Amino acid sequence: MSDLLVLMAGLAQLSVIAVGGGSAVLGDMHRLIVDERGWMDDAGFARAYALAQASPGPNILVVGVFGWHIAGPLGLLGATLAMCAPSGLMALGFAGMRARLAGARWLRRVERGLVPVALGLVTASALLLGETALATWGSLPMVAIAITAATAGFVFLTKRSPLWMLAGGAALGMMLLG
Amino acid sequence: MTPTATALFTAYFQVGISSFGGANAWARRMLVEKRGWLTDREFAERLGLGQVLPGPNAMNTAIIVGHGFCGVRGALAAVGGLFAGPLLILSALCLLYDRFGHLGVVRGALAGVASAAAGMMLGTAFKMIRGARPSAAMVVVGLAALGLALWRVPLPWIILALAPLGILAAWREAK
Repeated sequence: MSDLLVLMAGLAQLSVIAVGGGSAVLGDMHRLIVDERGWMDDAGFARAYALAQASPGPNILVVGVFGWHIAGPLGLLGATLAMCAPSGLMALGFAGMRARLAGARWLRRVERGLVPVALGLVTASALLLGETALATWGSLPMVAIAITAATAGFVFLTKRSPLWMLAGGAALGMMLLG
Repeated sequence: MTPTATALFTAYFQVGISSFGGANAWARRMLVEKRGWLTDREFAERLGLGQVLPGPNAMNTAIIVGHGFCGVRGALAAVGGLFAGPLLILSALCLLYDRFGHLGVVRGALAGVASAAAGMMLGTAFKMIRGARPSAAMVVVGLAALGLALWRVPLPWIILALAPLGILAAWREAK
């Protein structure tokens, strides 16, 4: 229980400085969970990340897996809440301010100006995620690259559900690596 | 077209339970392609704000989208819908992983999903770039963000350095 409170306090602090999203503070999470507290080793940390990737939902749910490891279902809920509530309240405050300023010209321009930064960062996360995934394929990196490229093309060119590609990737992984 | 809080909850619930590999791609698909509540550019603007604010950006984006349509109720409905399903599914996956996580088949499936999820994010990014129709200056800012992030420069620094440039570009275009 006290371990969970330590985790929650650490995550709540990271929540309000995690500009760019949860992945921006993944290194700090690693420091807390692996280096300082020793709750998991390196491989365990990487597997927790992969498990969260394989589950639907916002990527931030990886903290739920850390919480689960420390304190089961209660840990999963507590860690997610600690990571989401502080910054969520800030976002809610901002959204309220934005509503009062609705249509203000400077705000429209600020929002428009952030678009290219957002798109560059999304593209980079996709490539970095692909690189991380590559490592889990061992001697078959070309298969990983092919899956990533095929899925990117599928999503770009069609409006069909990407679930088909995710399921196909899972099936290939089970056949080739299982 | 303005959705109700209930419609927001339903839409975001569907986003939550289908959003393998991160929620932003699926949120865009739901809000822009399926429901037509936002244009590509409007979604990209909200995503940009969600990324600049601290905290999980899919959650921040849901709060901003929900609040924009239905105030605080809309924000709570969107976030509640987004997290409700995944929290349950993740609990079940953690239980299963504790028992079967050592099996090669499970690790292979995880590897396949991870590779496909990366492709999904990439394809979505291309779609948003196409929809945003950026000017030359905006393309430069976007490429700089991409390059710095790939170079592993910490995100807060990237945003501090490039957000002013993007805003400056938007300012000049508006004149």
